[in-house]
Amino acid sequence: MISTQLVVVGGGPGGYAGAFLAADLGLQVVLVDPEPNPGGVCVYRGCIPSKALLHVAKVIDESRHAKGWGIEFAEPKIDLGKLRDFKNNVVKRLTGGTGQLVKARKIQYVQGWAEIVDAHNLKVKLVAGGEETVQFEHAMLATGSQPAIPPMLKVDDPRVMDSTAALDLPDIPKSLLVVGGGYIGLELGTVYATLGSAVTVVEMTPGLLPGADRDLVDVLAKRVATQMKSVLLETRVVKMTPEKAGIRVAFEGKNDPGEQVYDRVLVAVGRRPNSKIPGIDRTHVQVDQRGFIMVDEQRRTHEPSIFAIGDVVGEPMLAHKASHEARVAVEVMAGENVAFAPRAIPAVVFTDPELAWAGLTESQAQKEGRDVTVAKFPWAASGRAITLDRTDGLTKLLLDPKTERVLGVGLVGPGAGELIAEGVLAIEMGANATDLKLSIHPHPTLTETMMESAEVFFGQATHVYRPKRQKT
Amino acid sequence: MTDFNLPELGENIAAGDVLRVLVKPGDTLKKDQPVLELETDKATIEVPSSVAGQVKEVKVKAGEKVKVGQAILSVDEAGGAATAAAPTPVAPKPEPAKAPRAEAEAPQTPPPSAAPIPKSATLEAAVAKSDKVVDISRGARAPEPVIVAASEMPAAPAAPSVRRLARELGVDVNQVSGTGDGGRISEDDVKNHAKRLVTAAARGGSAASAEPLPDFSRWGEIERQPMRAVRRKTAEHLAAAWATVPHVTQCDLADVTALEELRKKFAKQVEAAGGNLTVTAIAVKIVAAAMKVFPQFNASIDLANDEIILKKFINIGVAVDTDRGLLVPVIRNADRKNIAQIAAELSQLSEKARNRKIALEEMQGGTFSVSNLGGIGGTYFTPIVNAPEVAILGISRARVEPVWKDGQFVPRTMLPLSLSYDHRVIDGADGIRFLRWVVQAIEEPFLLALNG
Repeated sequence: MISTQLVVVGGGPGGYAGAFLAADLGLQVVLVDPEPNPGGVCVYRGCIPSKALLHVAKVIDESRHAKGWGIEFAEPKIDLGKLRDFKNNVVKRLTGGTGQLVKARKIQYVQGWAEIVDAHNLKVKLVAGGEETVQFEHAMLATGSQPAIPPMLKVDDPRVMDSTAALDLPDIPKSLLVVGGGYIGLELGTVYATLGSAVTVVEMTPGLLPGADRDLVDVLAKRVATQMKSVLLETRVVKMTPEKAGIRVAFEGKNDPGEQVYDRVLVAVGRRPNSKIPGIDRTHVQVDQRGFIMVDEQRRTHEPSIFAIGDVVGEPMLAHKASHEARVAVEVMAGENVAFAPRAIPAVVFTDPELAWAGLTESQAQKEGRDVTVAKFPWAASGRAITLDRTDGLTKLLLDPKTERVLGVGLVGPGAGELIAEGVLAIEMGANATDLKLSIHPHPTLTETMMESAEVFFGQATHVYRPKRQKT
Repeated sequence: MTDFNLPELGENIAAGDVLRVLVKPGDTLKKDQPVLELETDKATIEVPSSVAGQVKEVKVKAGEKVKVGQAILSVDEAGGAATAAAPTPVAPKPEPAKAPRAEAEAPQTPPPSAAPIPKSATLEAAVAKSDKVVDISRGARAPEPVIVAASEMPAAPAAPSVRRLARELGVDVNQVSGTGDGGRISEDDVKNHAKRLVTAAARGGSAASAEPLPDFSRWGEIERQPMRAVRRKTAEHLAAAWATVPHVTQCDLADVTALEELRKKFAKQVEAAGGNLTVTAIAVKIVAAAMKVFPQFNASIDLANDEIILKKFINIGVAVDTDRGLLVPVIRNADRKNIAQIAAELSQLSEKARNRKIALEEMQGGTFSVSNLGGIGGTYFTPIVNAPEVAILGISRARVEPVWKDGQFVPRTMLPLSLSYDHRVIDGADGIRFLRWVVQAIEEPFLLALNG
């Protein structure tokens, strides 16, 4: 029997960030996860491996692009085994690192599956066999999420993959159908398309990346149209039948292409929270209708000794939201009166071009009837973008017309995922357009587009001529 | 010269925040005299000295975190009662960043007020904490979790660090006006806002409270003692309850002659299970059963939303007299436990409360309270409702009285009961119905099994 101050259930980026901080604050910590090292979906089969593959895709894409600059490469020879090794080594290196940090912090790592016994005890079914009981003062549930597969799309055939299977790169199918035009479908679709698959994306709603602002998505959609074989919007899959030659798919909707046969199908229609933790009903923890564990602003559940964080407590299901929540929850356990109260949780889609946003979006402002001024800076006017031969990008600021404060930032273009961090800081710090305008940005970089967007707001951008803004 | 180090405080408590330092250099320290008020994540604790002598140096300040084993005081054990000499200055106060001195010190000397408003106390403490002054009083932590659906994006232009400070000080950052560029809110803006609130609350509070105190020393010797954490909390809480709840107290007598026999008969059995079969334990069970029959006694008023909150769980608080004051540990789901279980849990909780090992969580979430003063004596009393609960049962001492029964006086053991309730939600008729139900359940324990 282990007795501890804090047990963290789930070793993803939320769980291990919380466990590490708790140990740094002097708490005794037990971390429970079935994997050999902390990392969770993000590191083992999510953000990290997909980014390794997207990096490779980018290199291939740029080598093809180089033809236009007078540098011509032969079509790449792809050694799939080696590529897989590269990706696996990235994962191994990162999880090995978190494993070492666990040891360095003297956290007790228990490899297994947790079952809650009551508000102060849990049982762990050990991977190595046997059982361990853990008595705890506080528990933090960080069990994450898993791919959601609607019953209609559940086909018992290895050629119908979820994101986990697709990341294993079983082969490069000649034809691939991606069901779902969200970020997971588009990122993995990009990888396969660049490696040589003819990729079709089918999406139920009228646009890719539902939820993101259309002007940003439009830029991506243009490029996706050249990368993918086709994009079927407002269309859904109604039937999938495994056949010898492939997966026969029937569609319905506006762009129904008729029955088609694909070598492989990737189902990426969303994720669902892992809230069915065995024994959770033996506590006062409550789960809402959508399956999320209910928590207060301090991430405390209805059971005072149990906290929950990350994908299992709600959208957005993002690693960086989870780790921030976990740190807040641990500070609360350590007696600090703090709360999870971010102004901006950045979202990044690592396609090419990348899409990123933080804070208020235009569609959200419209929905809420909020009066905002939008200042846009097209990358066609950025020296750096021109040197990269990538002028399709766009930077925009959503500003409060009265206070001129930055309420939201949206970006599309290569490197948008890095650029958004400045936007997050601006929103969190309550920066206004003048602050951005007066902060000197290095030249020639894409970061200047943030500064120049602010200048656009005042009708004074160096590289854009816009008539003066009418002050009301 | 000896150092007094922070002793072990209890299970799993490694450190705490200093709320107040109760001694200063030059003081003569007795053994067991409280020297620090410490807030841990479990509860507020007073730390008694294990040494005696004259305090030479105070090594910690309010607002600091201290760890078990860390030196708190230097004490000259030889110099005992000798010198009550020249007062040495208290530990240095770091200057607050910008705030004008006079204003910064204002909250330390609020006009005397008998019943401080809880909010102001919290704020006052928080401001004090932020400025690292010595005089600090801080309320307990936020109670029950409030489950919020989605977080709105408030508009206040304040950096994350400033918002965090505001939360710590109990200030709504959206109410603070910023002095920075574009109305941006700085740390100082938040602190100044908090100070203004404290000052306003102190002024407002004094109007409703007692007149200024006379100088009692004109008539004889007096001694001033700092109000201890539990006492202060009790004062705030009861003053607020008294001020907001229209109380009615209904009294009745229960014939416990039969129950007393049963109690003696089964006492050993319960003792074996780890509890004492007390009148209180039995009363908790009966009240829990009564609350199922009278759900309006298991309610709270939400005036802000014009709603009455009915609770689907029954947690009974039991007032426990401890050497640091009144504490009310809570028996959770009392309706689902039998009397032996309740008795055992009550013994444990009382023990923990008396040994200062009780966690804050174990004193939260009550939906009804029971206060038994019968062990000491008395006939009836008027308990104050432990708001936001809506009723409380007071129990006094049972005694043998002549009771007219079947044409003659017979000696019966009678237990005086006093039920105070919040007249906003409970009508007088329901009050007496509830109390009669309790009385009958005491007189006919079988009713408990029958109807409870």
